[in-house]
Amino acid sequence: MGRILYEFTEAIRIAMAQIRANKMRSTLTALGVVIGIVAVTLMGTAIRGIDIGFNNSLAMLGNDVLHVEKWPWITGEDWWKYVNRPVITPEEAVRLSRIIDATQNSELELAVYVHGRESAVKAGALSISGVYIFGTTGEYGRVLTADFTEGRMFNDAENDTARQVCVLGCDVAQALFPGRSPMGATVIVQGQPFTVIGTLAKQGSFLGLFSFDSQMIMPLSAYRKYFGVREGNPEIQVKVRDRTRMTEAADELTGDMRRVRAQVPGEPDNFTINTSDAFKEKLDPIKKGIALAGLFVTGLSLFVGAIGIMNITFVSVRERTKEIGTRKALGARRRTILLQFLIEAVSICVVGGAIGLALTYVMCIGVKAAMPAFPLEFSVSLILVSVLVSISTGILSGFIPAWGASRLDPVVALRYE
Amino acid sequence: MTPAAPLEARQLRPVGPLVIAIEDVTKLYEMGEETIHALRGVSLSIHRNEYLAIMGPSGSGKSTLMNMLGCLDTPTSGRYEFNGNDVASMVDDELADIRNREIGFVFQTFNLLPRSDALRNVELPLIYAGISPHERRERARQALENVGLGNRVHHKPNELSGGQRQRVAIARALVNRPSIILADEPTGNLDSKTGVEILALFEDLYEQGNTLIVVTHEESVARNARRIIRLHDGLIASDGPVN
Repeated sequence: MGRILYEFTEAIRIAMAQIRANKMRSTLTALGVVIGIVAVTLMGTAIRGIDIGFNNSLAMLGNDVLHVEKWPWITGEDWWKYVNRPVITPEEAVRLSRIIDATQNSELELAVYVHGRESAVKAGALSISGVYIFGTTGEYGRVLTADFTEGRMFNDAENDTARQVCVLGCDVAQALFPGRSPMGATVIVQGQPFTVIGTLAKQGSFLGLFSFDSQMIMPLSAYRKYFGVREGNPEIQVKVRDRTRMTEAADELTGDMRRVRAQVPGEPDNFTINTSDAFKEKLDPIKKGIALAGLFVTGLSLFVGAIGIMNITFVSVRERTKEIGTRKALGARRRTILLQFLIEAVSICVVGGAIGLALTYVMCIGVKAAMPAFPLEFSVSLILVSVLVSISTGILSGFIPAWGASRLDPVVALRYE
Repeated sequence: MTPAAPLEARQLRPVGPLVIAIEDVTKLYEMGEETIHALRGVSLSIHRNEYLAIMGPSGSGKSTLMNMLGCLDTPTSGRYEFNGNDVASMVDDELADIRNREIGFVFQTFNLLPRSDALRNVELPLIYAGISPHERRERARQALENVGLGNRVHHKPNELSGGQRQRVAIARALVNRPSIILADEPTGNLDSKTGVEILALFEDLYEQGNTLIVVTHEESVARNARRIIRLHDGLIASDGPVN
């Protein structure tokens, strides 16, 4: 055992001396690995960042909410299957609520009709466009995942009388009323005045595409009165009692909805129940595909680095052929020589990997400071993975030259000039 | 083998047990189409505490015999026993171990590791022998003192003269207490004065009870030995005491 240990420490000592003696060469070779590791780890942080951002976004959608809609959230080329389905109506939501209330031990809590579209919103001289405006009933307050910064949700009485009141998302409130409270103020949508009775706390954006803070909630009756029912996207949001029993809840909801629509057995559902989980399931393979493709492309740069290592190890073996002969004459076994050159290759890789990792870390901090929304996540597992990747790159790329060195005939090696 | 007869000025020590027994050894090299018979049937015995010179013109098989004696190479046919071990049938790593334990090499070009100091160079065979760092250090220091370099242990090869370098190499050859010391043209890269010093060191080593084999083409170097083997065309032309 002693012998292997001593050979190992000797090999590390030689490798360090070798790197010191050939600083320029080692630096350039390590640079290839540095670039490779930076590319791969940056990709890793991006993949992790996307993952975390994705999960946060899904949580915003409401983990415990089922969405009954005409269209699935992700459609393929089979859109014609959905296009002729009947439109979701408020009456269906009311009937669904009744069924839920009548069901004993129902998995479902309540059903709320929501109808929304995009529009511009004005207040005094200020105006912002692309706000998602939706009408719903007072019960929506129980489905909502965000907290109120100020004020309250409108109530059923305000809904029944089509009062022109509204709740503003965080971004809308800040854009239209910079530095002051919008409570009691009036905003104009499609020429109609609405009084602000509440504002929501910041929620963030969904996958960076759809901002939950750029929304405005109003009574459904007022919405239908001014924005009609033909445009926009109607849906029924159903809150589930137990977050862990989403599947059972969805099954129950499917049955209830078929009753509402009086669908006969055997007839396919003419609606879709969307959940954030199902969304996740649909998107996961896409996400994995992106991750694999990204890692493959960045892996290529690491491969180039590995070729550099292999090349330099070949050069090192050739330069030190006579030394190999001497060592063999003095009793070095094949294993000893193999170990020596492998450790040399691995050392350069590990040094390169460490520098690369440090660079990635600095870049992550820089990017986070400059663009907080950009998804990058540095992690401990990333450090472990890149150390492992560096070591295996060194072993894989150093193996062929080191193997050749270990099998050199000592007579030939000693004669080499 | 008949031991060499004593010369007046020099001491001839009694030989010890048999170390090397070579019997009818041949070595063939394939050089493209051609087959070269480097050794055509060589037999010889070497005992502990001999001082032997191997001579011969280039192409005589002298280098091949030296590689064989040094267990760097194995014969194509014939028998080679080293301390009773059958070397002819050994594989690479077994040969490496026997070189490490039994043979101390001294090369014409010294073959020191340029970036390691004298102590590190001398320690090298002990690393491969699996000796602990502390003991290694002590034995290497002792070996350097024995060749008169006790005050140069931390010098790198390029900070030493040619003669000093060869002394480091000799210390390295001795440090693992081998059965034989095999020197290939040990004075070939040295000026004559330094060469004489090295040969004097060999004489000391011989008197301390070491077994020395010197391969050389210089008659003056060979005459320091007690026995000379002359090779010609892959055969032993003569084998006898120095007279």
